Amino acid sequence: MLSNRFIHILIPVISVFLGLIAGAIIMLLSGYNPLAGYAALWNGAFGDLYFAGETVRQITPYILSGLAVALAFRAGLFNIGVEGQVFMGWLASVWVGVSMDLPMVIHLPLAILAGALAGGLWGFIPGILKAKLYVHEVIVSIMLNYTALYIANSVIRNVITDQQDSTERVAESASFRSQWLDEVTGYSSIHFGFIVALISVFLVWFLLNKTTKGYELRAVGYNQHASRYSGMKVDRNIILAMVYSGALAGVAGTMQGLGTFEKMSVQSGFTNIGFDGIAVALIGGNTAIGVVLGAILFGVLKVGALNMPLAGVPTELVEIVIALIIFFVASGYIIRWALNRIERNTSKKVKEEKTHDTTRDA
Amino acid sequence: MILLEMLETILPVTLFWAAPLIFTALGGVFSERSGVVNIGLEGLMVIGAFSAIVFNLTFADTFGGATPWVSLSVAMFIGALFALIHAVVSITFRADQVVSGVALNFLALGVSIFLVKQWYGKGQTDMVDAPFYSTSIPVLGDIPIVGDMLFSSYATSYIAILLAFVVWYVVYKTPFGLRLRSVGEHPMASDTNGIKVERMRYIAVILSGAFAGVGGGVFALTISQNFASTTISGQGFMALAAMIFGKWHPLGAMGAALFFGFAQSLSDVGSSLPLLENVPSVYLLIAPYVLTILALAGFIGRADAPKALNIPYVKGSR
Repeated sequence: MLSNRFIHILIPVISVFLGLIAGAIIMLLSGYNPLAGYAALWNGAFGDLYFAGETVRQITPYILSGLAVALAFRAGLFNIGVEGQVFMGWLASVWVGVSMDLPMVIHLPLAILAGALAGGLWGFIPGILKAKLYVHEVIVSIMLNYTALYIANSVIRNVITDQQDSTERVAESASFRSQWLDEVTGYSSIHFGFIVALISVFLVWFLLNKTTKGYELRAVGYNQHASRYSGMKVDRNIILAMVYSGALAGVAGTMQGLGTFEKMSVQSGFTNIGFDGIAVALIGGNTAIGVVLGAILFGVLKVGALNMPLAGVPTELVEIVIALIIFFVASGYIIRWALNRIERNTSKKVKEEKTHDTTRDA
Repeated sequence: MILLEMLETILPVTLFWAAPLIFTALGGVFSERSGVVNIGLEGLMVIGAFSAIVFNLTFADTFGGATPWVSLSVAMFIGALFALIHAVVSITFRADQVVSGVALNFLALGVSIFLVKQWYGKGQTDMVDAPFYSTSIPVLGDIPIVGDMLFSSYATSYIAILLAFVVWYVVYKTPFGLRLRSVGEHPMASDTNGIKVERMRYIAVILSGAFAGVGGGVFALTISQNFASTTISGQGFMALAAMIFGKWHPLGAMGAALFFGFAQSLSDVGSSLPLLENVPSVYLLIAPYVLTILALAGFIGRADAPKALNIPYVKGSR
């Protein structure tokens, strides 16, 4: 039998492969050249330093929103509210960024912290409702997404500015952008936020795998009753998991606020960073390292897709490919079944050949 | 007198906004009663809206006055077909139902916008020529005051409300409904009694697709009147909330959808109403969402989800 661990890694890889093949078939059926389409995608993601910069910029918030979803998942919670938490983090960090005048060593960390706190607070609400009143976190966090959207818009219009549709730019002392990075990448929108993202990956990995708290979170996610029986405070772990998850999502928001846009404008809809984070976490098997790989995959697909119209292919094709990849990963059961089946057949053949050999020897 | 004027402004708008939510929430009731979570309602609405608009644009000349109705049936059919993906993946392939639903939302938006680009060469369609128009119901619509308030909205709104009673009858008073509910509560017991669990769930999910397709179609043909990536933005999730708010009961879901419609109409026309003109619009905008959370947190009493929700049924396992 194939080892479980190996299959765990194999399923996402096969899913990505199947998704890309399905995308190629759709391109063929719509009269496009799939090779040209994927070549355009590749060039759009890595073609030169400008595109590479854009790709890194896209990957950065995905790492954080993916971590947010993955962390909650590991504690048995489905945080579909990352979108709202991103909004709150974005808003809080920009607010600190525009309203204060401090040296960078204090200002930037303070702005990031504000984003994490705001996101964490937005995650605390579904967490405490789930822990104390058994209200399903999915529905509460969906509702909170809309609440966050409207509150953020209203705060931008009426509190931070005087009826403007956008805040001012954050102070330079609270910005991830750097002249040097801009020049090196041909003025792409890359910023130093990716360092924060990578530190977060390490922290989440450390928390989940090397600390008692992380062990508790995973235990609660695995079996609440057993965890309670062995003396863990299940309620508190549920709340904590949602707060941590929300804080990570909030930091994803700061990537937008202190990096990509350096401000916040009134939004007409969601950023989709949170919803894509679900896909990223899923592809990454809800592990910290996996999330990085998932985020890279999605960042490359999304940024590269913008270049696909050069080959005549609509950008939206990539959305279809992403959706199909999620379907394939989610249907891991059937892939596992197929893998075992293939393996059984081959091992049977090997056995038959062996028996042939022995008969011949005799 | 002020109150009457307010009602005259608000009630027709309420009915107008509630109709798509009612259809979709009723679909959600079927799916979740059978034990299959359907977060994909949003995507199913997208597909419904997309097919209704495309059909309407293409065949407005052929079908004349019947066009919006035929468009709705097409939306229903395509919605049902699309829901089949969710059924296969989450029932036969035993995928996590929430994840499958999320993927369905991605897929619906991707496919529909891809096809719009492909067929129309731009990100959104034109406005349809044959949308639904509001009609006054004969006799009832002629009653003074009440007629204007309640009986001069869209035909689809009345059908939605009527349908809620039909679905209630089906789910609670027919053998089919009994089987549906038993499959969602205790699939193994149902299986032992000879109910085909997987088939019931397939039927339920496909029905939810048909209903959500109509919901999306109604939204497209009464409210947005064209299709773009932002046409359906959260209505499916609202319908899902309405279904849970309504405790997985068809009439409860209808009530909740009407309430959401009411809240929506308040934020729509609130600024022109005498008592509400001074309330900052953000409160009216967030009201439906905050009220849903409060309601879930215990103001309407505990509601229990179907017990087998989100658990794939594997024959022979306990």
